[in-house]
Amino acid sequence: MLAVRTEEFIGKNAVETANPLVAYKKVSKAFGEVKVIRDLDFNVSPGEKVAIIGPSGSGKTTLIRLLMTLEEPTSGVIEINGEPLWHKEVKGKLVKADEKHLHKMRGQIGMVFQQFNLFPHMTVLRNCTEAPVNVLGMSRKEAEERAKAMLAKVGLENKLDSYPAQLSGGQQQRVAIARALVMRPKVMLFDEPTSALDPELVGEVLDVIREIAEEGEMAMILVTHEMEFAKDVADRIVFTDGGKIVEQGDPKEIFENPKSERLQSFLKRMRS
Amino acid sequence: MSIWSWSYTFEVFPIIFDALWITLAATITAYVLAMVLGLVLAILRRSAFKPLTWIVIGLSEFIRATPPLVQLFFVFYVLPFYGISLSPFVAGTLALGVHYSTYCAEIYRSGIDSVPRGQWEAATSLNFSSTQKWRKIILPQAIPPIIPMLGNYLISMFKDTPILSAITVVETLQAAKIAGSASFRYLEPFTIVGVLFLLLSYPSALLIKKLEVKLNRRSLGKKDKKLKEKGVAA
Amino acid sequence: MINTYIEMVPALLNGAKITIEVLVLSLIFTYIIAFIAGLGKLSKFRAIRVVCTIYIEIFRGTSLLVQLFWIYFVLPFFGIEFSALTAGVIAMSLCYGAYASEVVRGAILSIPKGQTEAAIALNMTPFQRMMKIIIPQAFKIMLPGFGNLSIELMKGTSLVSLITLGDLTYQSLTLRNTNVAHTTEIFVALLVIYFIIALPLIVLARWLERRASLGRV
Repeated sequence: MLAVRTEEFIGKNAVETANPLVAYKKVSKAFGEVKVIRDLDFNVSPGEKVAIIGPSGSGKTTLIRLLMTLEEPTSGVIEINGEPLWHKEVKGKLVKADEKHLHKMRGQIGMVFQQFNLFPHMTVLRNCTEAPVNVLGMSRKEAEERAKAMLAKVGLENKLDSYPAQLSGGQQQRVAIARALVMRPKVMLFDEPTSALDPELVGEVLDVIREIAEEGEMAMILVTHEMEFAKDVADRIVFTDGGKIVEQGDPKEIFENPKSERLQSFLKRMRS
Repeated sequence: MSIWSWSYTFEVFPIIFDALWITLAATITAYVLAMVLGLVLAILRRSAFKPLTWIVIGLSEFIRATPPLVQLFFVFYVLPFYGISLSPFVAGTLALGVHYSTYCAEIYRSGIDSVPRGQWEAATSLNFSSTQKWRKIILPQAIPPIIPMLGNYLISMFKDTPILSAITVVETLQAAKIAGSASFRYLEPFTIVGVLFLLLSYPSALLIKKLEVKLNRRSLGKKDKKLKEKGVAA
Repeated sequence: MINTYIEMVPALLNGAKITIEVLVLSLIFTYIIAFIAGLGKLSKFRAIRVVCTIYIEIFRGTSLLVQLFWIYFVLPFFGIEFSALTAGVIAMSLCYGAYASEVVRGAILSIPKGQTEAAIALNMTPFQRMMKIIIPQAFKIMLPGFGNLSIELMKGTSLVSLITLGDLTYQSLTLRNTNVAHTTEIFVALLVIYFIIALPLIVLARWLERRASLGRV
């Protein structure tokens, strides 16, 4: 199984690096004086599952928040399918894009947050149908069917009428995953999806993410501290530190044969 | 703008400005009354004698739910029938002070309620008398955090003093009205009053906001320290 | 004594009608203005923020009675003449609207940032984020503040008597002029009537406060 996946990965990579789904080109992000991302180049192919690991403060969360348009890059360009995310081409020059352009581009991205961020004033079902109805213009009936299917996938088909406050953290995060899936993004971002959970609830959420990953078509960028899980699910591991990618590659290589000193000491700390 | 007459402005400004002292005197007199009476109400409300508590609560609710202007008329027109004739200024500050004392009492109450139970118990265990408990232990802890809120009521009361004009107290608004009715020009007098109120209340409000931030920071500082101490212990 | 009260009834009923009219109209406009100014102060356009801030600070910084007099006595100078009722409703709405707008703004700012971020991630437009996600949650937080402001507004209606609008207070003052001996009865009745009008507002405000302190589900 693993062998097949690796072969797939190599094959895909060979064909598709020329046409990445997501491309960061010399992207930097600073908050005031603090540089969080420095001149970063980073690609994701269609369908690829990338796990980002690294010490806290290494910029990994910012990396995906830039892609979700929650933070604006200080410099550099991010492209989705070759089209700039934060910029628009006007007369051969890149200028800052307006809300309309961001709206068009965001349709290809979905995100699951560390703190779930469910809408507390809506039922589980409503959480999952509000955007399809209002953003995608679906009929409520169609949206509900799709939402129910996704909620069944995450094992919550019996909680449709509950409110978020009535659910456990693990259940809330599974709803959040279903809510993002309903929008059918091309790439799904996970921002430490299990960090806010009690230890006994981590498993159920990881199982759901694993299942989605195995279905294949959707690309995933996963910021996580769950090393075993990352090794298991990801096609590629990216190790960031100090706002840069220090080392990346095949999960097996990264974990069993880390080359840089910083990755070695990071892995040692994570294991202890 | 030709409609605005500067010469008339300079003519009426001193008259209105003089009346500002009456406004300020009324504000401060009423405020002192509100602060003291408010504290009395807050303490009486905690009385062990339940009927007293109920009377205080009922009276406070009634006073707070009815217009201060009507209370003003009540004090000024009704009390003389019972042998209490007050000058307009005294009647006005009394009514305003009593009205706001019910608000101040609520603020005191929130301050007193936020003093931890253990403080009462510690004071009892050290055999403090009831008065000592309040004066030495509870109030010194209850009052500093509520100072900004009490300050906000000072500004509110300042802005409410124009209603004293209804019982002929010649404060700022009444002075402007008299000047205006004599010349049939209300534009300048009333605008001057508005500007004077704004010039006094807006900076005061900013000052109180600053004080609030400062006090918040101080209490946050305490929390930080506590956390640090915990960290050291661990 | 009972006779005195019965004689007072028609005038006070008339006054109560005006008081409630001013109250209801002012409440409606107050909360409309509150949302416009409260949201305006959060606008991304500087000009809108500045205009709203100036409006809010002027009306919170001066006193209601001064505003009332200005609108009723000064505006005719500029050719803008209002009836006492209209002037009263305008002054009350603008004044309490300024206070209520701070309630609106505070409630909106208290909604966690994650809610906006989740709405962005679901590709909602800024308008949808506000209408579907932020305001429905913020509204519940505003309600206790609205309840208390409504009581304040009710008390403020008595000031319209000073621009000769025939509300409860005005009618009582007129009654007193012709029945000075019954001053006590008239003002006791007046206070009680105001309390009765305030009562539903108080019950509502306390209920909203209690509900808010229990936390939202």
